[in-house]
Amino acid sequence: MAEAPRPALPNLSLAERAWRIRRNALRMGEVQGQGYIAQALGIADVLAVAYFHALSYRPHEPEWEGRDRFLLSIGHYAIALYAALIEAGVLPEDELETYGGDDSRLPMSGMAAYTPGMEITGGSLGHGLGIAVGMALGLKRKRSRSFVYTLFSDGELDEGSVWEAAMAAGSHRLDNLIGIVDVNNMQADGPSTQIMNFEPLVPKFEAFGWLVQRVDGNDLEALVTAFDLARHATVTRPRIIICDTRMAKGVPFLEERERNHFLRVEPEEWARALDVLDQGRPA
Amino acid sequence: MRRSKYLRPAHLDAPAGGGARLKTSAMIASIAGPDQRTRAAPFGQALVELGRTRPDVLGITADLGKYTDLHLFAKAYPDRFYQMGMAEQVMISAAAGLAREGFTPFATTYAVFASRRAYDFIFMAIAEENLNVKIVCALPGLTTGYGPSHQATEDLAIFRGMPQLTIIDPCDALEIEQAVPAIAAHQGPVYMRLLRGNVPLVLDEYDYSFELGRARMLRDGSDVLIISSGLMTMRALEAAKLLAADRIDVAVLHVATIKPLDAESIRAACARTGRLVVVAENHSVIGGLGEAVAGELLRGGIHPAGFRQIALPDAFLDAGALPTLHERYGLSTEAVVAQIKSWL
Repeated sequence: MAEAPRPALPNLSLAERAWRIRRNALRMGEVQGQGYIAQALGIADVLAVAYFHALSYRPHEPEWEGRDRFLLSIGHYAIALYAALIEAGVLPEDELETYGGDDSRLPMSGMAAYTPGMEITGGSLGHGLGIAVGMALGLKRKRSRSFVYTLFSDGELDEGSVWEAAMAAGSHRLDNLIGIVDVNNMQADGPSTQIMNFEPLVPKFEAFGWLVQRVDGNDLEALVTAFDLARHATVTRPRIIICDTRMAKGVPFLEERERNHFLRVEPEEWARALDVLDQGRPA
Repeated sequence: MRRSKYLRPAHLDAPAGGGARLKTSAMIASIAGPDQRTRAAPFGQALVELGRTRPDVLGITADLGKYTDLHLFAKAYPDRFYQMGMAEQVMISAAAGLAREGFTPFATTYAVFASRRAYDFIFMAIAEENLNVKIVCALPGLTTGYGPSHQATEDLAIFRGMPQLTIIDPCDALEIEQAVPAIAAHQGPVYMRLLRGNVPLVLDEYDYSFELGRARMLRDGSDVLIISSGLMTMRALEAAKLLAADRIDVAVLHVATIKPLDAESIRAACARTGRLVVVAENHSVIGGLGEAVAGELLRGGIHPAGFRQIALPDAFLDAGALPTLHERYGLSTEAVVAQIKSWL
């Protein structure tokens, strides 16, 4: 690859990784002055566990055949995945300031053709899980031991295609597919459960033939346990980790904002947000 | 024109001997006429053949394996066939995923479902990524009497707007057999309109061979140039023979690749002076081959002696027996002949 590799930092804790992912995301948010920053802060712990505990990948060889695939179905969460890919050394840190700009490799909505480490083009919601089904079938054909992870959101559960894919994954017994649902209970028009009640989620996915876990998506220890079980369970079922997360986690004054689906943050507030985050830096 | 649903069919109350009425043919029925030479399931046969040398070729369907002739592939290679149930969105998404992992899936359903229901998934998961998925769809245009739920009269209009998608509308069994390996060899997504079951065999009389992206002049003529695709090329060739008896000299340019259009051949053929240009297609008058050709001619500053379309009306078509419907909507050979005569 053309760009210089980022120095590896092998000994950081998951808490430190999550903090750095949040920091990367806030800095990208500041570039645009707005964006899906609350989702990124909310999902940072899940991404830290995914990229620094669960996934196999080679930072400088993003298309390495032996990698675990991580599919971002929610295109607008790109800011979160860029933050994690920068932390993982897949993307160089200095591209962060190009976020959402002309000729950037980091567009506002994630696209496979733009960004190393971005496996699919998301954004039209309800696509990721179906593509994951096909990739999981393909990996089985190749006798590969890689997993397909796909991150989708509670709002995405409104899309019928998610349930077509959920049924197909169960029917084809795709034990190499690990779904991750971010339940932050916020979508474009308001709280997700009020927009379209998707609960109860656990029995729904169980009924579709999945191995289901529901965890606090901001509890690193619980996430590690859940990812381990998803990877090592022997049942021939697709796995799902339903993650209850808190929007804007780590920056309390943003957590409190009532409508934080698409956050507008005043210029002076970015410095304050970074300060608040830095005060919460893990020891 | 559809009658009110509160009116009894008029012929029931007519005096006896009102004539036999055709029945709606089953979807598995062939479009072939009673005396036509046919070949059985050319797509399925060709895909089985291709599968021998291309282990990357897979079959995937949404509960329409039998009705797209894909069942032959499923029988020959059971472990290379994926049944996704009656769910076109995940069928297309899964095909995208398989292509991402290096395979070449042939995804089959009916043209109405691929174009109307799965469009976003084809657009974003396959075409935007230029993935190697071949979407092969039965019941294109007016090839069933089941009514608008099954008649894909606007599939070309829908798909022509999709960047990077190659669109094929083959004429007969020979062309389908040749198109299968050709589209598999092409890198990128393809939508192919499929004739299934006992498919007419016509083009072998014309020393034809399919070439992706190329139109082919099947016969020359000085009065009329018919530019046609799909089964309408078969009608055009039959019409040309009948019109010859009336000393009307008809050329037929067959355009199997709708996109990218062979603009060069079309412009060259239309630039010849003195010919009426008639574009004939098994598709709505809106957004198909006719408008594509018209656009080429206007952009190219080419002015033929006249320009006409033989196509389906911009309407929800009737249910009924296919021969009746082809006559009613102007796709039968007799209707093609009559329309051309009326324009001369």
